Amino acid sequence: MARSMNMKWFYAAFGVLVVAGAAWIWSSRSGAAAVEVGPEPVTPTSFPGWVLGSDSAAVEIVEYADFECGACAHFAILTAPDIRKRLVATGRVRMRFRDFPIQGHEFSPIAHEAGACAGEQGRFWEMADEIFFNQATWVREGRPSKSFEDYAKALGLNMDQYKSCMKERRHAGDIEASRQHGLAIGVSATPSFVIGGLLVTGALPYDSIVRLVERAEARARQ
Amino acid sequence: MTVALLSLVGFFISLYLWLWKVGIIGTIACGDGGCETVQLSAYASFLGIPVAFFGMLAYGTLIGLSLLGLQPRWQERRGPTVGLVFVAGAGVIFTGYLTYLEAAVIHAWCRWCVASSVVIVLVFLASLAGLWSRPSGGESSAAPIR
Repeated sequence: MARSMNMKWFYAAFGVLVVAGAAWIWSSRSGAAAVEVGPEPVTPTSFPGWVLGSDSAAVEIVEYADFECGACAHFAILTAPDIRKRLVATGRVRMRFRDFPIQGHEFSPIAHEAGACAGEQGRFWEMADEIFFNQATWVREGRPSKSFEDYAKALGLNMDQYKSCMKERRHAGDIEASRQHGLAIGVSATPSFVIGGLLVTGALPYDSIVRLVERAEARARQ
Repeated sequence: MTVALLSLVGFFISLYLWLWKVGIIGTIACGDGGCETVQLSAYASFLGIPVAFFGMLAYGTLIGLSLLGLQPRWQERRGPTVGLVFVAGAGVIFTGYLTYLEAAVIHAWCRWCVASSVVIVLVFLASLAGLWSRPSGGESSAAPIR
């Protein structure tokens, strides 16, 4: 009798744990919390971020990312290549990268400046890939400026220009402006995306991005 | 019972880490970014498969064995408990290796991984206690009567 009671309590506790665990996993899924944001207040004087894709694309994906953020690297490695190949290259989508260095990430400022200095020579996206794809290495080694110089050399950048750009911190103001822009529209974590007026946080998988793009396309047609 | 409940907790932790690893969960709740550093390191995969997936398999096996051991026809047998000790023991060794990597190689701590380490150690201890409290002759006394 006592054992039967114990088993009842056990199965009840087991069931409660299953439901609680499933609820936790479900609520952690990407795109669970999308927030409507207004049109981006980009003025001619503000730094517009780094753009990839056609001006005539109907939808723009704005990504707010931090080069030292693991989830951002995760997105860059797993999802961004598909987006570029299947959405950007086909003219459906335009990507806009906005720097959002997280306060407290030791190497983020220099990483974003390295990206911007490569961007100055028209190679931002290639440099961003190098930085994200090798994130685990340069974070672990703790000497990111040397690593970034190596990536710049490998990309064939003019190294004198790159070094002077880094030394002068030529783009620090643009990067901070981009971060402030993100804060102004409610970005609080990275990566965050604005797609068709929706602000979504998390390293979204490709299918989620496509769903948001389709929604934005439908809105654009209305 | 304790093993089943603890293993279920461990299973959900592994499932959470695996879903993040494959991109279904966008943001990992970690606080200081250590989980991302660990999960994106070269050591987060074993034989090309995310380590968290092995965790799911191990915890799933532990849940299955512990539920089996609670069924009336298996209650007096030592088999499921011995199985629990072996699977949990292997888990403790593998987790110990991963914890060493976090401390000495990756230099970052993944809180969920640490939580899983605690869970697997508790599962192992509970399994050992179960084995200790079970009479060694239980296997033969509960053999089916033909």
